[in-house]
Formats: sequence, structure tokens, C-alpha cells
Amino acid sequence: MQYTLVAWMRDKPGVLNRVSGMLRRRNFNIDSLQVSHSETPGISRMTFVVDGDERVADQVVKQLRKVVDVTAVEDITERLAILRELALIRVRTTPATRGEIMQFAEIYRAQIVDVNAENLVVQAVGTEDKVDSLIDLLRPFGIEEMVRTGRVALCRGDERPKRKKQPTSIFKAAASLNGSGHGDQE
Amino acid sequence: MALAKREPEDSGYDLGPQEFTGSQMIWESLLREGVRIVFGHPGGAILPAYDALAEYEADGRIHHVLVRHEQCAAHMADGFARATGDVGVCIVTSGPGATNLVTGLATAQMDSVPVVAITGQVPTNLLGTDAFQESDVVGVSQPVCKHNYLVTDIAELPLVMKEAFYIAREGRPGVVLVDICKDVQIESGTFRYDFEISLPGFEPWPEYSPEAVQDAADLLNKSERPLILAGHGVHLSNTSEELLQLVEKAGIPVVTTLLGTGNIPETHPLSLGMGGMHGEAFANRAVQACDVLIAMGMRFDDRITGRLDRFAANAKIIHFELDKAEVGKNIVPDVAVVGDLADTLPAYLPLVEDRRHQEWVDTLNEWRSETDEADIIQFEVEELIPPYVIRQLWHATERTDKRVIVVTDVGQHQMWESQYYIHEQAGMLLTSGGLGTMGYALPAALGAQMSDPGALVWCVAGDGGFQMTLQELATIQQEKLPVKIAIINNGFLGMVRQWQQIFYDKRYVGTPILSPDYVKLADAYDIPAAAVRHPSEVVSVLEQAHATDGPFLVDFQVKEEVNVYPMVAPGAAVDELIRRPKPGHVQGYSGVQPSW
Ligand SMILES: Cc1ncc(C[n+]2csc(CCOP(=O)(O)OP(=O)(O)O)c2C)c(N)n1
Ligand SMILES: [Mg+2]
Repeated sequence: MQYTLVAWMRDKPGVLNRVSGMLRRRNFNIDSLQVSHSETPGISRMTFVVDGDERVADQVVKQLRKVVDVTAVEDITERLAILRELALIRVRTTPATRGEIMQFAEIYRAQIVDVNAENLVVQAVGTEDKVDSLIDLLRPFGIEEMVRTGRVALCRGDERPKRKKQPTSIFKAAASLNGSGHGDQE
Repeated sequence: MALAKREPEDSGYDLGPQEFTGSQMIWESLLREGVRIVFGHPGGAILPAYDALAEYEADGRIHHVLVRHEQCAAHMADGFARATGDVGVCIVTSGPGATNLVTGLATAQMDSVPVVAITGQVPTNLLGTDAFQESDVVGVSQPVCKHNYLVTDIAELPLVMKEAFYIAREGRPGVVLVDICKDVQIESGTFRYDFEISLPGFEPWPEYSPEAVQDAADLLNKSERPLILAGHGVHLSNTSEELLQLVEKAGIPVVTTLLGTGNIPETHPLSLGMGGMHGEAFANRAVQACDVLIAMGMRFDDRITGRLDRFAANAKIIHFELDKAEVGKNIVPDVAVVGDLADTLPAYLPLVEDRRHQEWVDTLNEWRSETDEADIIQFEVEELIPPYVIRQLWHATERTDKRVIVVTDVGQHQMWESQYYIHEQAGMLLTSGGLGTMGYALPAALGAQMSDPGALVWCVAGDGGFQMTLQELATIQQEKLPVKIAIINNGFLGMVRQWQQIFYDKRYVGTPILSPDYVKLADAYDIPAAAVRHPSEVVSVLEQAHATDGPFLVDFQVKEEVNVYPMVAPGAAVDELIRRPKPGHVQGYSGVQPSW
């Protein structure tokens, strides 16, 4: 089954490498991995989709927590969460097919973000399932190029992971000289 | 939330702001961490740090041990750390110096040994240009480190150094590497060491759950056939004493892992010695027959478990462990007690009922006597066989009142040492268990001896492994260290030869190994030495070794094709043992009762 994990980490050079290196080294099966800024400056947020059983997901969480730059990890699989993916899909068009493609896009509430004589670019946002099925529909027309972000996730309202405050950077502690120790963690 | 537990004692050094060069900051940090000895090898990218070292060496604040190969700098720091429980430190140059370290770092990390490695790096303006002696050390070492750093800004250096020691030492110990660009070593900046470390998410000392401890007690109190499987964590948490109390209160027999050797005295009636691939049959049978298995500070390595799905199949498993990620990694326990054994064991003791488990212990003793009857050690030897050498080494060291440390290399001799040497204490055997690194013993023995010049340190190595790092004989002499060396010289990469004999139809490919004349070799280093070819010479040569001040090397030219038994074939369950052949069936054993 698929598990959705969210990890927060210090935004420092090489952190992505530390995380991905650990996942490779431990032979975990990761379906997708997405990195971005979080609401806290200096802290990045990663969303992982892990393929495996409960034990595997448990191990991924625990091993991620051992990466020193990782400040928190949550398994949000069981939580009510908004799961989204963005895809940009360049589809080949002819005057005869353009209308049909645009109709499909509309059904999926996808947008046409670029058009020219030979092709157009569909921007789809939704769950991976939804994006998958739109892609299936578009494939017969000829998909020339495609990019997908992989899953991002945000819990709904009260389902938010409970994280305490994070320092914005490791050097803040040094600068203030009375950092809080490492007591303020999840 | 538990804070630092292992902080070094107040070093007495000023922690407030001072102006220093980056190079000085390295040494100043070490002083504040209580470090007095470093193992290293210089080179261009670390030269500024070495230049600054002069001042610290001159007044004896820091002693630098010059190694002959950087791998050994890491092994020495590792031996030093295992012998003291403190962080071992090594320092080398960029590129080849740093890549040479990697085996040593991996060895320490696999066995949870606290080591801080400092490497020089090319100047920041050359980073990423494939500059002379540049290598991506942070990238190369990442998978074998607990954490590592590249320092490109002098403002970060003090904090990085402090974090490095903190991370290496706190919680489950490990290796931290700090790669410092050459220009950072040369620049000046403000140094201070009075800040607190803030690493959210780094949870070295998880708090234990009292409910879990109670569950673990309930399981044990209902058990008829309990067994403890004690690993390195017992020694790391310094809880041998508490373990013994538990064992005696609740009448629980104990099997150890290789790194758990000596967790309870091996002469104790409830000690079953080591389990696993070369554990005694009764120890492995105990694992398979117990109804509750209490694993303590161990990680269910495949060498101890054998085939996982048949491991302790009749038992409920309780796992006492500090590292959460080890819980459920290989074995999913019925009860997990996550926390420091120094907290959880004292909490556990009062909840555990006084029991004797007499029937169970009697059964085990019966199994033990069956094994004992067939054990080669019970018979007169006609030829020089390694178990005899090891047992005599034990007799010889038993008589000294010095602290004894035995450091083994990797191979057959390592297993014989664990079987035939009788360890009375945790921490008296240092060996590479997790990575199984040949070449470990000599440098690690040297590191251990550096930490305790008064100790009697025996390096026990095979002819193969010894030849991997024998250049450190020079370091032993340069440091005037009294390390005693036993080479178990069987003319083969013996453990591999044994596998070839058993699993590959006796095709000895790449395993016969030529040795130099070790006595002459030792002589070249001005180290006294003797060769032993017959059992009758063993005792007197060991006496000679002990009577000699300074180092001594013994070349034990043992019988070649002797196997380590019992043996669990890889992938087999631990009770599917290849037992010891009956005496008389093995050349070299007479079948006559012993006189020794
Ligand atoms: C660096 C390294 N290379 C290879 C091995 C594989 N290996 C394990 S034991 C062994 C043989 C060791 O031979 P020796 O040092 O003579 O010890 P013996 O087994 O004969 O006692 C080998 C090659 C290893 N453990 N480490
Ligand atoms: Mg050999």
C-alpha cells in the first residue's frame, strides 16, 4: 500500500542528498519525493510516497528521524489530508482534435496554459488518480512531453501534525547563546 | 527531555569569545571536549592545522600519534574510544588521506563507536573544480557516518566542532566527520564554546515508557524458560552490574552477541557465552527453546539470528533498545522498551519476580555438558592448534593484576578467541563485529594502549589480517607502546578457506597466503619476537612476552586446516548446526583426556 510521509528538515546544502542517500542505502521503495520551502524560513518540507507494508513505512519514518538535519517526520496516511499533484502535459493537436482535448481538460478542471499550431499544454492539478486518468484520456492524441511534481500533502484543520517551534537555523542558537537545548522537538 | 548525558567534565578552559585562527579553533575545541590524544597523518590541506598543533604539542596539551596509513588512524581512534568510552579523534588530509579513512570510519560506525574525524579540504574557491587532492569527502563518508559537515565559513567552525562531539557521543554513539577547507583553517575569527546545542529532531535519549517496562516484567514473570540476549548496548550504557542483578534475581540464563562478550562474567553459571553463527550449540538451542527472549542493546544482526523466520520461534520477544529504528528493523518484538538501559534496567528490576527456573537451567546444563564432552579443548593436543593457544593466552593473562584488553582481528582466530578466552568483564574484548574489518586489531590495540599505558593489551590477529596493517609496528615503536601481538599463523585466509572447504568443495582459491618471517620482521622494527611451533612452547613464550617490557610479537605457527565449530551455515536456522567432529576424527586431537 502507499503511505504518505511528511518530513521537515534544516535547509542546508546536501540535506536532500542525505535523505535520498539514506533511502537508497536502506533499499526503501519510494514512489515519489517532493521538496519545497515550508512556512518556516530555514526549514524545508519533503513529501514522500512510500510503497510497502506497515513495517516498511515505520522503518522509513524511524530512519528519517535519525538523519540529524531532519527535524520532524509524520506519517499522515491515516489523516484527513489534501493530497495534490500538478502536471504539465504537452499534447499534439490538429484542428480536428483541439476542441476535443480542450473539452477533456475542462471536465478535469485543467487549464490550457500554452497553445500553438501543433500542440497545447494542459495544466492539471488534483489527486494522482485524477491526473492519471486525464493522462490516459490524452495519451491517444499523442503526449509529446510531460512533467509531474509528485504528491504534496497538507492535513486538514485539526488533523495537522503537532509540531512545536523550530529554530530557523542552526546558527540562531549560537547567535542567541541561550538556545533551548534540543528539548523542543516532537 | 533528556539533555546531554555524556558531556565531558569541565575542561577548565575559557569558553568565552577569543580570537583564533581556524586551525587553533580545531585544537581549542578538542581541549574543551577533553581530548588529549589524536591519531593522524598530515598533508597539504590540513597543514595549517598541523602547524598550529606545534604550540599544543610543545606544552603537552595534545599528543599527536603519527600513523602509517590513515585507515589505521580511524582504527586507533576507534580502539581508544572503545577502551575509554570517550570520543576518539583522528585527523588527516584531503583526497587520499580522507578516502583512506573510510574503512576505519565504517568499522566504528557499524559498532556504535564514538569517533570524530577531522579532514582537511581544498580551499573554498577550489571546491568542485577537481582540484589537486580534492575529493567529496562529505559525500563519500555520508553513508558510514552518523553525521558529517563541510566547513566553508570560519563563523561556523566552533559550533560545528561542538555539535560533532555532541552527536558522536550522545545517544547511540557513532562517527562524525568534519571536513574543513584550508582557507578556513588559515583565517581568523571569534571562537566561543559557551553556546548550547540546538538540534530539533535529534533525540539521543528517548524517554522510556513505564507501561512498556511493566509489560516486559509481566511477560518475564509468566515465563518458564526465559533467556537474555545481551549486546553491545549493555557495555555502552555501563549496565553489566544491573544486568547481573537481573540475571541473579530472576534466574535468567544469558547469551551474548560478539560485542556483548563479557556482559556478565563468562564463568557465571548462567552465562552461556556467545550465540549465533559460531556460538555453542547449547547457547543456540537455548535461543530456540526459550519462551521469552529479552534482547538488550542489540540489533538482531544476521550473524546472531541465522534464518530470521525460525529465530526464537517459540518465544515472545522483549527488546530493550536505545535506538528506536532498531526496534522492528529485523525482528518485531512483542514488547519494546525504548530507552537508555541505564534507566530502563533499574526500572525493570523491582518489577521482576525472584525466580530460579531450575528445570530450564538444568536442561541447559545438560546440553552444555554434551557439548563440553566433545569440545577439543578437553583433549590432549599433539599439534599446535589455535584453541589451545587461545586458552593458554587466557591462563597467562588471568594471572596478571593489570587491566587486560584483548583486541582481535577478523576470521577464525576471532571466533576461537571468543570461544576459548574466558572474558570476565564487558569491554575487555575489542573486535570489529559489524563490519568485520581485517586489519583492525593491530591499530585498534595501539589506540587502546594509548588510552591506558598500564594495561596489558594483546592484539590477536590472523596472518591475513595482520599483513593488512602491519606497517603500524613502526607506530608502536615510535610511541614506545608495550602492545603484545599474537599472530595465529595458519597459512590461510582461514575463515574463507573454511567456507571453501564446507560450501565450495574444498577449492582453495585465493586463500593460501604466504607470510614473511615475522620474527625477522619484528626485528626490523626492533620488536622482540618468538616463533612457536609446538604446544609445549606456548606457556613459556607467553611468559617471556609478559616478562618483556615493551612490545612483544609471537608468531604462532598453528596447524593449517582447522575449522571453527560449531557453525551455522549462512541462511540456516541457529539450531541447524554443523557440530564439532568427534575427537579422534580430527587430526591433531588424540582423544586423550587433557593435562592442561
Ligand atoms: C578487509 C577485509 N577483506 C576481506 C575480508 C573477508 N574475510 C573474512 S575472514 C577472512 C580471512 C582472514 O584470514 P586471517 O587473517 O589469516 O585469519 P584466520 O581466519 O586465518 O584466522 C577474510 C579474507 C574481511 N573480513 N575484511
Ligand atoms: Mg590465517
